[in-house]
Amino acid sequence: MRLMPVLMGTCAATLLASQALAATTLTIATVNNGDMIRMQKLTDDFKAQNPDIEVEWVTMEENALRQKVTTDIATKGGQYDIMTIGTYEVPIWAKQGWLVPLDGLGADYDEADLLPAIRDGLTYEGKLYAAPFYGESSMVMYRTDLFEKAGLEMPDAPSWDFVAEAARKITDKPNEVYGICLRGKAGWGENMAFLTATANSFGARWFDENWAPQFDQAAWKDTLDFYIGLMKDAGPPGASSNGFNENLALFQTGKCGMWIDATVAASFVTNPKESKVADKVGFALAPDNGLGKRGNWLWAWSLAVPAGSEKVEAAQKFIAWATGKGYATLVADKEGWANVPPGTRTSLYENAAYQEAAPFAEMTLESIKAADPNNPTVDPVPYVGVQFVAIPEFQGIGTAVGQQFSAALAGQITSDQALQNAQQLTEREMKRSGYIK
Amino acid sequence: MAREATRNRKIAFTAFAWLVGLTLFFPILWTILTSFKTEGEAIATPPSLLFFEWSLENYFEVQRRSNYLRHAMNSVVISLGSTGLGLLVAIPAAWAMAFSPGKHTKDILMWMLSTKMLPAVGVLMPIYLICQSLGLLDSRIALVAVLMMMNLPIIVWMLYTYFKEIPGEILEAARMDGASLGKEIVYVLTPMAVPGIASTLLLNIILAWNEAFWTLNLTSSQAAPLTAFIASYSSPEGLFWAKLSAASTLAIAPILVMGWFSQKQLVRGLTFGAVK
Repeated sequence: MRLMPVLMGTCAATLLASQALAATTLTIATVNNGDMIRMQKLTDDFKAQNPDIEVEWVTMEENALRQKVTTDIATKGGQYDIMTIGTYEVPIWAKQGWLVPLDGLGADYDEADLLPAIRDGLTYEGKLYAAPFYGESSMVMYRTDLFEKAGLEMPDAPSWDFVAEAARKITDKPNEVYGICLRGKAGWGENMAFLTATANSFGARWFDENWAPQFDQAAWKDTLDFYIGLMKDAGPPGASSNGFNENLALFQTGKCGMWIDATVAASFVTNPKESKVADKVGFALAPDNGLGKRGNWLWAWSLAVPAGSEKVEAAQKFIAWATGKGYATLVADKEGWANVPPGTRTSLYENAAYQEAAPFAEMTLESIKAADPNNPTVDPVPYVGVQFVAIPEFQGIGTAVGQQFSAALAGQITSDQALQNAQQLTEREMKRSGYIK
Repeated sequence: MAREATRNRKIAFTAFAWLVGLTLFFPILWTILTSFKTEGEAIATPPSLLFFEWSLENYFEVQRRSNYLRHAMNSVVISLGSTGLGLLVAIPAAWAMAFSPGKHTKDILMWMLSTKMLPAVGVLMPIYLICQSLGLLDSRIALVAVLMMMNLPIIVWMLYTYFKEIPGEILEAARMDGASLGKEIVYVLTPMAVPGIASTLLLNIILAWNEAFWTLNLTSSQAAPLTAFIASYSSPEGLFWAKLSAASTLAIAPILVMGWFSQKQLVRGLTFGAVK
């Protein structure tokens, strides 16, 4: 027997066998938050259903994730098969042709079950380009004990005037209890998320129908003066450097009477393992000013497939698993209904077990319903997005304006100066980008 | 009297040195302590220094979520690889500059140093695209090469300073005895400069170990070192300080142990030639 043909045959057979067994490996970039980490832990269920697909996780902090996936997708780097992106990126990237339309999610995916406000934010030209993993809005979280002590009763849908009055009344600075904690840290996703949503309820808007910046209008002045005045009277010291985490720490340690922020915070502040005030928290819709718009935002962390991926079919299988109805049941079985990712499907909010386990469920749903990304302001606007403007230039402009407003909150400049600077820098950028002449 | 004054001064200096040392070490100590707390205790005010319920839960959680060994191995390969490669290039370069200086040696040295003034993000896109077109994204090879180039000016400068302290006559004597250039560097120069080379090696391993711009931007999963491991525990929406501290403690542990055991060599190398 000649050795060479036998060796070659063995090699070829081994190669073929190894190719047949080779699993498709999906590399998934995601943010480091509780719901995503839970999904990571439950991946074995997906692997059991799809033994030929392996999953590699790349978990990052939000800003690092945004930078990395943007670099990767813009250069067609192909490092990731699934990316976790937000409602800001989806319409921009879909327009650029950077995302694969999700048309292979399977017959039982039930796209119609997705909450309309969330689905609309992830749809471009009638096609779904990202599937929502969890959705969030913003709402008021308040201390029921402090309200009771002050003889106040929080309505389900409060006005800004009530919130301001209550905040000033329950403030007890000598005992380090501050009536209201709001974002002050500069950034388009930090203070500008809150202030843009608040401005919507005051009748302000970023741009008019012709993309002319509107910071020189009275509605923005009212918004900023109201915010700075309220924070001066009833906010914690050093509020200009407070973001979500800083306010969360203040609220959980009993130092905030009210906190207006992401609905996802509800599960943290009501968790007795982490929060000192877990059993004293009530919820209400974000305030309004009687103009028909509330000061709440809308965001969804969603899974999308970059156009550079060579594993589109496997990627869509994973997305269908992670954002499908079955995933909610899986989480409920393993970790309880309260831990099911909120804000994406109508069926979840019709589930009695979920409503019972999550006291914040109804308010979360109402908050999401109250936000309309396609019609976010009192007066008409040419853009999509509630707490952002879905144009590529917004990240830079939003952060620069946020720095001005943060400086005004810190008392370094007046609100008039901040608005004037915001108007100038926004005008300059919009001219440079060709939106206006 | 004079002896007492000297003793008092000694005590004062010792106390001052301890104060400075503890102040510098305090953030690391705090991170280590926080890693044994629950998330609730980690944000408690006033914070408790030692009297809390000690728990290893954060370490178990980190183990469950991440492949620590793979990240650690990547860190070891990248830091040793980039430093070793850097030394291979830098030793001959520093030799040439120290013992055969040309008219523009000083200018070249200054130019090399000036490259460190360029913000790394300024060359992110070209390097990213080069790595992408060579198929080297998320590979250890790319990071070894990039970190070697980033640290090369420091390695050359450090070695140049050490080599300048070695009398040229010794090398001349070796040449008189018939040593070739290679033998002169390997058998005469290198053994004499071992403390300097060792401290350069250690310092650059630490620099490469801690490098967090390129390691985060050029890797995703397979080649991601411990910097990416720590970054995966940072979150702007949620207070996971205890878990982040556990991940940080695990990431700094190897380099802390290495620094502890090699501190004598490191200090000796850094003060090499300081006193003649």
